[in-house]
Amino acid sequence: MEYLIGIQGPDFVLVAADNVAASSIIQMKHDYDKMFKLSEKILLLCVGEAGDTVQFAEYIQKNVQLYKMRNGYELSPSAAANFTRKNLADYLRSRTPYHVNLLLAGYDDTDGPGLFYMDYLSSLAKAPFAAHGYGAFLTLSILDRYYRPDLTRDEAVDLLKKCAEELNKRFILNLPSFTVRLIDKEGIRDLEKITLGTK
Amino acid sequence: MALQDICNFQDIFVDSSTTECPSALLGKKTGCNYVSALPFQNSTSLFNFRIPLAEYLDESPTQFGQISTSQDHSTALLQESTISCFPLPLSPPPAASSQAVPLPFPMSHGTTTLAFAFQGGVLAAADTRSSCSGLVACPASQKILPIHSHLVSTTSGTSADCALWKRILSRELRLYQLRHRRQLSTGGAAKLLSHMLHPFKGTKLCVAATLCGWDGGEVDGGHGTGGAQADLGGCMKTCGPRLFYVCSDGTRLQGTLFSVGSGSPYAYSILDQGVKWGLTVDEATSIAREAVYRATHRDAYSGNNVDIYHITSTGWTRRNREDLKEEYYREKERKERKMRLDMA
Repeated sequence: MEYLIGIQGPDFVLVAADNVAASSIIQMKHDYDKMFKLSEKILLLCVGEAGDTVQFAEYIQKNVQLYKMRNGYELSPSAAANFTRKNLADYLRSRTPYHVNLLLAGYDDTDGPGLFYMDYLSSLAKAPFAAHGYGAFLTLSILDRYYRPDLTRDEAVDLLKKCAEELNKRFILNLPSFTVRLIDKEGIRDLEKITLGTK
Repeated sequence: MALQDICNFQDIFVDSSTTECPSALLGKKTGCNYVSALPFQNSTSLFNFRIPLAEYLDESPTQFGQISTSQDHSTALLQESTISCFPLPLSPPPAASSQAVPLPFPMSHGTTTLAFAFQGGVLAAADTRSSCSGLVACPASQKILPIHSHLVSTTSGTSADCALWKRILSRELRLYQLRHRRQLSTGGAAKLLSHMLHPFKGTKLCVAATLCGWDGGEVDGGHGTGGAQADLGGCMKTCGPRLFYVCSDGTRLQGTLFSVGSGSPYAYSILDQGVKWGLTVDEATSIAREAVYRATHRDAYSGNNVDIYHITSTGWTRRNREDLKEEYYREKERKERKMRLDMA
């Protein structure tokens, strides 16, 4: 139903998420933002079960902020990803596991850009590109075919648009628009939304 | 003085029927209320509020206040109650797995409620049929519950759950207002409700509410003329009509148009055709009425009357409840008349 995608370049990470908030067969909102800003250079994209997404993402968000307040410096993306995964793992075998799928994208001043894929079974993998949702089945092979580690920003946006067009063509559900954001050493930047008419 | 009379139950109880009654009440553990607590104490305090002891905080919310069949609790209870005035909440049975409390009969969540924001405020409309597995339990229920002067909540799901949580929300908002000396915004109220419902996720509790309110914005002291302009700019952002959808599964969405319930797809299709920001109040009322009417026509679990509430900066106003079967006959007559004119 929901779709997340991330592409890592040599000095940036490009992420996009669809904008639909659905409840059974009805689209309740067309402009819902699924990205949570953890810090100046880290974004958490979160999809999954209705209440769990916001609860878990806000919990991680507040804890990352708390770390910064206590220690005076921010968590690195890798540390934030591992912290998130640990929380998922701790709750996994409790009575209330969180059913959420996540992409964490960030820029570390020492290590550079990073994209981390996490799923509801609390697996963690650092990947050059990743996607969540049924749409991932349709778009991962496009990413496999065209991805290069030295993509420019424009090429990455074009690759993203190719994926969106494929979804528009073959995916049974209507995902009319996607929020797109770019993270680099300057911070998080909003790019133009990708909106597709029906073909 | 009236409150004192009400709270001094011991006078009432001395005269009351039997002395076995209180202990029987406690033995049965029918829950905690003022009446059962008092016979065991001789205090002259005026106000006997139930203050739950901290143990309940460790319980799973689904075990809270549950009736237990074990009898050994009652003896401990009788001893304790000579000390404290209040019956203890039961310690929970070892919670190996969270068992949902079985519902007494199967409930269906049939309703049509809708709300949208426009230039004239927020309009909330709902039908009035309460259904219970195929039969109309109440044809004149109230699904739009006012919370405070500038906030109204449409309810869908289990009626009892909605009524309870609406009251809990009203209480919490009032407490917030007293403690912090300002009104909590609609978004804040929605977040509060969402967080209160979160522990019950996965249980059979079902509440799907839209909170429709008007945020007053910041009330600043006097500024200079330059400041006054900035104030207006700030006020435009923070005050105005607000609409939030809160569901017991954890969803919390802000928006300008929501419809909830089994009749909601029918209502959405009418609203999507006509709702715009620039509607007048009369146009908005008529499209809300039309949407509920069409939904009640098609959906078996919605029907009877329509309630419409309008929230503006001065508070909420309620339109008189209207019976929709009249509308059906009027429309039928209009169509027949039109057909006759076309043929003639």
